[in-house]
Formats: sequence, structure tokens, C-alpha cells
Amino acid sequence: MEDLKNIEPILEIKDLKKSFAGNAVLNGFNLKLFEGENLVVMGKSGSGKSVMIKCLVGLLQADSGIIRIKDQDIEVLGRAELDLLRTHIGFLFQGSALYDSMTVRENLEFPLRRHKKKLKLNESTESLVQEALRNVGLEHTIDLMPSELSGGMQRRVALARALILKPEIILYDEPTTGLDPITSKEIIELMRNIQHTYNTSSLIITHDVDCARVISNRMILLVDGINYMQGTFEELSNSKDPKVQAFFKN
Amino acid sequence: MDSNTIWGNVKSFFAEVGDMAYFAGRFFIEVFKSPFEFRELLRQCYNMGNRSLLLVSVTGFILGLVFTLQSRPTLMEFGAESWMPSMVSISIVREIGPVIIALICAGRIGSGIGAELGSMRVTEQIDAMEVSGTNPFKYLVVTRIVATTLMLPLLILIGDAIALFGSAIIENLKGEVSFLLYFNQVFDALTFADVIPATIKSFFFGFAIGLVGCYKGYYCSKGTVGVGEASNAAVVYTSMLLFVIDFIAVFAADIFYG
Repeated sequence: MEDLKNIEPILEIKDLKKSFAGNAVLNGFNLKLFEGENLVVMGKSGSGKSVMIKCLVGLLQADSGIIRIKDQDIEVLGRAELDLLRTHIGFLFQGSALYDSMTVRENLEFPLRRHKKKLKLNESTESLVQEALRNVGLEHTIDLMPSELSGGMQRRVALARALILKPEIILYDEPTTGLDPITSKEIIELMRNIQHTYNTSSLIITHDVDCARVISNRMILLVDGINYMQGTFEELSNSKDPKVQAFFKN
Repeated sequence: MDSNTIWGNVKSFFAEVGDMAYFAGRFFIEVFKSPFEFRELLRQCYNMGNRSLLLVSVTGFILGLVFTLQSRPTLMEFGAESWMPSMVSISIVREIGPVIIALICAGRIGSGIGAELGSMRVTEQIDAMEVSGTNPFKYLVVTRIVATTLMLPLLILIGDAIALFGSAIIENLKGEVSFLLYFNQVFDALTFADVIPATIKSFFFGFAIGLVGCYKGYYCSKGTVGVGEASNAAVVYTSMLLFVIDFIAVFAADIFYG
């Protein structure tokens, strides 16, 4: 990636703080995501990675700090403006979070109901659904229910749903958790392909070192609610810091 | 149980009542705001109405049969069998029909809503809806509460009619009263003062079933255990609330129609 210092980030977090019942989870976290970049945030379970990503999309309210996405401060946005901003962001949930009372087709059509016209997507709903499924290699599952899919297939359909509005930013919350190594590799490969196809900026929350190695342009290590260290995968994996090494030694 | 525990329970009870009142307030704000989710509302009305119809019909029919069979010997003792259609119709339409059918629906519909929304909450489906730019409160909660509020009076009306039909069968078999005579007496006995308060309170029953089921499910936590708790609490809380509403409705009807 070129020198990032002079480029405006597409997504920025400044001094983010969040605590639950007096227990500080995020303690002044900072992050900048640039256009076309894959940024990996790594941390132990319970280190606040998922809290951070939920604050980013307004699912949780931060105690303090600034979150700017596409030059908009999400804390001051009204409901309608926030909903519109969210259409520029795809979110892949840890457990896929497919609507289990709907078919794969209905799952993919759901985000299009309200926002297709606003986003000026000219293609028909059917062709958008087909295209998104084709990109994840699951066209044949269109009329199946989520319960009829394997864990890996559910994750891919969830990814297709996250992509259906052609977002500029994709947030991945533990994309490979709960999957076997082969399926994990398939999902990682898919993420790389999607990044090339859609030219998205991706923020990936994970504790999967393989995933980070393959996909990251840059990494941030989240320890005790702050950016403990950041750099490329090589820089972090070669660090002598024992806390950093703890992530890479296996 | 020491005084601290009792005080803690009292505080958490009022905190829950306050939260539920806030939830109800949010419903009244969102219900009048666009966009309106008509398709989902129709789907919910169909699901709740259609899928509860058989249960309500069977319950109503047995209610009419049993009520008439149990009352007959007592009325016969006083030579008052001819009062049977009036007594049964007023009892069923005013009180027994709405309350029994609402309780059945609290179990059938309320627990279903609690479990469905609870499961959606713990599997992050509600969060997924939120980040896709859809207001889940409008899509999931408003539609369900409106659907129960509209469907319950209909179900109660159908249940009452079937209960009266069940009663008429017993009267026909045991007392040799024709259906025509039975229903003539029923319509002679029933007045607007019986039907209107019962219909109004059935809207409130429907609202209570939807509100408590949605509240418990929407704020469900603690994983699968929480889903079970939400479903269970939806039935328990709704049942209690139904009796409170019934008491208030009877009291108010007594003032207006006394």
C-alpha cells in the first residue's frame, strides 16, 4: 500500500471508550481504515474486539470517543441517516445471523426492500440476488432454508447478504470461528476474491493467525482495550514483545 | 427471606414495569411513523389468526359443552332450564369466552413471540436487521403487537360463537330445545352492554399478549436458557396482566353500563 499518512481514512475511530457495569472494555482505542485496505484487528477473547465493531455500526453506544465513517460522525446521526450510512457497510456476523424463518433468497432480498432505490441499483432484485450468490458459489441454494445449509455455506450466504447492497466497507466479526480448517481457508479465499471484485475496504476482527497472515495489509493488536501494537503481519509476528508473541507462537 | 431481598425484588419489579411502559411508549411512537411494514403485518395476522383458529375453535366448543352440562342440573333443580341460553350466552360473551381464549392465546401466541424474538436476539438476527438499515423494532415488534391486537377480538368472537354452538348442541340433545329457539333466546338476552365492553377488552387482551411477548423476546439475553425464560415469562406475565385488565374492564363497564 502507498504511504497512508496523507490519505483521508474511509473509517476512523478516535479515543473510543466503552465499559460495562464499571468494567472498562475499550480504553481509548484508535483506528484508521483506508480505501481498498484490509485491516485486521487481533486480540484475545473478551478483549473488546466485538464491542468495538458493534460500536462502529451503532449497535452499541460508546461512552466517549469519535467514530467517523465516510466523513460522518455516527454519534450525531439520526435514525434515518444512520440507516442510510449502514447501507454502505456490509457486516458479516460471527454466527452468520441468517434469518432462519426466511429462505436464502428472502435473506438476500431483505436489505434490498428499503434501499435498492435509494442506492440507485438499477438491476432487478432477482439479478442482484443471483449475482451475490454467484460470487460466493452458492446459486443452487437459493430456495433452501438456512437450517438446510452447513456452517460454511451459511457463512458464505451471510457474506452474500452483506454484499448485496454493494457496500464500500465490509466488517468481518470472526469470519472463520467455528469452521473447520478447510472451510476456513475457503472463506478466507472468498474474502480475498470479494475484495478484488468489489474493491471494498475491510475491517476484520479475528484471533485466527492464518486468516490474518493471508488477508491483512495492516494489523492492530488490541490488548487491555487499547492499540497495543500495529504494523504489518511480518512486523508483528517478528516482534520480541511477549504479549505480541503470545498470539503467534502457536 | 430478609428485608433486603424483598426490597430488591420490589425494586426490580417496578424497574421491569417501567421498562415495559417505555417499550409500550416506543410502540405508540413507531406505529404511526413511516415506513409501514404492511406485508409483514399481514403475514403476522395470517400466522396468528389462522394457526390459532383450530385451537380456539376446539377450546370454545368444549367450553360451551362443559359449561352447559355442568349448569343444567343446578338450573333444573330450580326449574329454570329455560334460562339456560340467556345465562350461558351472557357468561360466555361477557367473561368466560374472552378470558379463556385470551389465556389460550397467551400460551399459543405470546410464548411463540417470546421464543421467536428471543432466539433472533441471541443469534444476532435482530442486530443483522439493524445493520442492514431496517428498523427491527418496527419490523418485528410493531407488526406483532398490531397483529395480536387485531386478531384477538376476531378469535374471541369466533370462539364465543362456537362455544354457543356447543351449548346449543347439549340443549338440543338433553333438553330438546331447537337450534332456532336456542339462538332466538341468546340474541334476546344479549345486549350491546354485553358485547361492546367484551369486544373492547379483547383488544386490550391482544395488545397485552403482543406487548409482553415482544418485550420479553426483544430483550432476551443469556443464550438458549434466556430464550426458554423469555418464552415462559411471556406466558406468566401475560396471564397475570390479562386478569388485571379484566378486572379494570369489568370495573369500567360497571360504571358505564352499571
